[in-house]
Amino acid sequence: MSALYLLVGFSLLIALVFLAAFFWAMRNGQYEDTYTPALRVLFDGRKSAKPSKEIVP
Amino acid sequence: MTTEVHRKGASQSAPQRADRGPLETFYYDNAVVRNFAAVTIIWGIVGFLVGLIVALKLVYPNFLGFIPELSYGRLRPLHTNAVVFAFGGNAIFLGVYYSLPRLCKAPMFSRALSKIHFWGWQLIIVAAAISLPLGYTTSKEYAELEWPIDILIAVIWVVFGANMLGTIYKRRVKHMYVAIWFYLATFITVAVLHIVNSFELPVSPMKSYSLYAGVQDALVQWWYGHNAVAFFLTTPFLGIMYYFIPKVANRPVFSYRLSIVHFWSLVFIYIWAGPHHLLYTALPNWAQSLGVAFSIMLIAPSWGGMLNGLLTLRGAWDRVREDPVLKFLVVGVTAYGMTTFEGPMMSLKNVNALTHYTDYVIAHVHMGALAWNGGLAFAMLYYIVPRIYGTRLYSVKLANFHFWAATLGIAFYVLAMYFSGITQALMWKEFNEEGVLRYPNFLETVTQIMPMFAMRALGGGLYIAGAVAAVFNLWATARQGSLIAEEEEQALPLDTRVAQSHASSSVHRWLEGRPTQFALLTFVAIFIGGVVEYVPTALVESNIPTIAAVKPYTPLELEGRDLYIREGCNNCHSQMIRPFRSEVERYGDYSKAGEFVYDHPFLWGSKRTGPDLHRIGGKYPDSWHALHMKDPESTSPGSIMPAYPWLLTDALDYSLIDKKVEAMRTLGVPYEEGFAIEAAADLEKQSRKVAGRLVDSGMEIAPDREIIALIAYMQRLGTDIRADATLTGRHDKLMVRVEAGGGYSAYYPLIDAAGLAAGKAIFESPRNLCYTCHRHDLGGQVGPDLTDGAWIKDCNTGDIMTSIKRGNQLKGMLPYGSGKKLDDVQLHQVASYIVSMRGSNPANPKKPDLQRESPCETETW
Repeated sequence: MSALYLLVGFSLLIALVFLAAFFWAMRNGQYEDTYTPALRVLFDGRKSAKPSKEIVP
Repeated sequence: MTTEVHRKGASQSAPQRADRGPLETFYYDNAVVRNFAAVTIIWGIVGFLVGLIVALKLVYPNFLGFIPELSYGRLRPLHTNAVVFAFGGNAIFLGVYYSLPRLCKAPMFSRALSKIHFWGWQLIIVAAAISLPLGYTTSKEYAELEWPIDILIAVIWVVFGANMLGTIYKRRVKHMYVAIWFYLATFITVAVLHIVNSFELPVSPMKSYSLYAGVQDALVQWWYGHNAVAFFLTTPFLGIMYYFIPKVANRPVFSYRLSIVHFWSLVFIYIWAGPHHLLYTALPNWAQSLGVAFSIMLIAPSWGGMLNGLLTLRGAWDRVREDPVLKFLVVGVTAYGMTTFEGPMMSLKNVNALTHYTDYVIAHVHMGALAWNGGLAFAMLYYIVPRIYGTRLYSVKLANFHFWAATLGIAFYVLAMYFSGITQALMWKEFNEEGVLRYPNFLETVTQIMPMFAMRALGGGLYIAGAVAAVFNLWATARQGSLIAEEEEQALPLDTRVAQSHASSSVHRWLEGRPTQFALLTFVAIFIGGVVEYVPTALVESNIPTIAAVKPYTPLELEGRDLYIREGCNNCHSQMIRPFRSEVERYGDYSKAGEFVYDHPFLWGSKRTGPDLHRIGGKYPDSWHALHMKDPESTSPGSIMPAYPWLLTDALDYSLIDKKVEAMRTLGVPYEEGFAIEAAADLEKQSRKVAGRLVDSGMEIAPDREIIALIAYMQRLGTDIRADATLTGRHDKLMVRVEAGGGYSAYYPLIDAAGLAAGKAIFESPRNLCYTCHRHDLGGQVGPDLTDGAWIKDCNTGDIMTSIKRGNQLKGMLPYGSGKKLDDVQLHQVASYIVSMRGSNPANPKKPDLQRESPCETETW
């Protein structure tokens, strides 16, 4: 059953990595603005492709 | 609230922009995107076709003949690996290489790394496509590839991660969009999962043994297996969902805050759910409960994400009618919602008791793979290919055809498998009024679901038809445009003042610019703790549960076990009897953790297309196994198991046996010191014994054939603790109930020569195999002596007929013989033959068990 220690250990470590990433993200200001990122993703600098006439009105 | 945040952001951005210098111009690498798109669809078709082949092999076991490289057990892992890692993997990379640069407003970090990543991954796929059919496999699901390929996977995965991290460090947008978080979690977690599950000791360039054994190996494998689904088939595709749904619908994601909560809760909870693959097995109960609890919790983040994706389309549902990209996205995300509700339900022990080992699981995973992963992959292809070729989709009509073919195909597929799974599970568990299994012959539960197998193949065929239409459509789209290999983009440089103010130390600043070092350090950081925790516990022997009666495999059995692995028997046969009455009655005593301590790797299996084999040892004679492997229908009419004729003709290669024994010793299997040197001699000695037994039963097979090793292994399975099993008194209590109910009476034995000859023919027939337990001369072997006048039940001809008809499940006698039913006339004939043999005084008869047998007193003939 020793593998359980290994796996619980790894699971905890991964969880901690994500927790650390979460705090890093918070302190880094990643979530200061939770509104514009959702909009910004929609804007590409330039249109590289003509949109399909059949699809886009 | 929203407007306030918006205003705050606007007021800050004005002065920043002034300091950020001029617009920078850069170019996205669309060539690598094109390459990943091409291989996604190509490997997709290959993976689907192999799936169709294995589906057809279940309907027509003779399909494609009996070529070792194309046998079911070797092709099924090829199918799963191709679909998960070739189709799914390349689709992930397609999504990342397209969306990540655009989200970061920066080209991929290194074109060289992009190239190495692309070609390295294709090399892995080709290596898998060659090695799996050749029988090189570790047997661990979704981790079948042997150790050299495992190392290559780890290297290429780090290349991918470095390229991704480098791009992120060079980004021109401070905020990392939620999709990027999902991509990062994918990289980190898959790396850890893959490495930990691939710890194995090589014995040759293409053969290794798992470092873990039995229960531990099972736990590590399903910790990996479950999270391969979580972090390979879910998180990257969620990132893709968060990028492509807003882009296609041209509106922001329903709730950005929900997406943040979705991400963090999902990645935290997912990693714990693995043990739900091992419910009711020999895994400790508390670990099972832990897995169940986290699985149920997973509904919340999963559905949060699913709703976030679907609600993004609010106000744009009319577009779903017209746009095939949106259609695939909507069906994909809906299927994600269905599977992530179904998954936690299947993790409940009471539901799992029914669904596990059946086609229900197959339905579940195909709903995920075909609809969720497939749907998102095809949506991406239809979205990206026209854009990078600067044109529009060649035919929306054809894409719509693809959509409906795929959707109908999925429906046919999963409905068939749901019905099949539930039907079979209920048949396995059904008892009649007398308290015996209603369908004691496993084969009956297989022939019942054959129509479902056919319908599944039809569904899969439809899905492939749609995918072929996609190939043509995308090819024609590419042909009518021309690849924009370098796509120009402009953006302001990243405002470094924010980064500076938040950077805590210069070391970290240095690291931020060096993704490879960062990735390596991250890996080391998460690795150290595990090693520190594992090594001491692995060295403490008291942690390994042992049963004194359980001994290591003999060299011949070890070679037989490796053949079992090579042929992929574990794809259809479990070796884990769950503690249910229905399973204990059918297969024997439930499996104990201590029985698997020398199993490197474990072979519990996850699907019962055929019966469980954990206690197959001693159940049938050697000759039965030889006949069965040569032609399964000769012993089990109607069986869909493929034949393995090459096992009877090919010579066993045991040149590595000393190394194998030595490797097992290194892994802690208690072979005596120096045994490795004698291993070959020991193997040859045991082979001659097995071959000798086969000669006794009329089968001439040379002792150096592969079948000999396999028989030795099969006959060993589950026998170590059999003595304990017969001590449990519960079987005797059940006996009383079996004996209730009507039977035959008023039958007198036949005395005519023709009738007795017919009876003898039935007794000797390989379809009934009476002689395997009672001997050709009826003197008794496993079963009692039939000539000595001592009987367990009454000895009227009619009573004997009743016994044959009902069998004696508790002592291993099948009803009606082991396969074909006998009608009343045949029962009468064979019972008469037995009566006629009374007092024939065979040599060395089995001694009567006087506690259960009594002399016959009520003769009516």
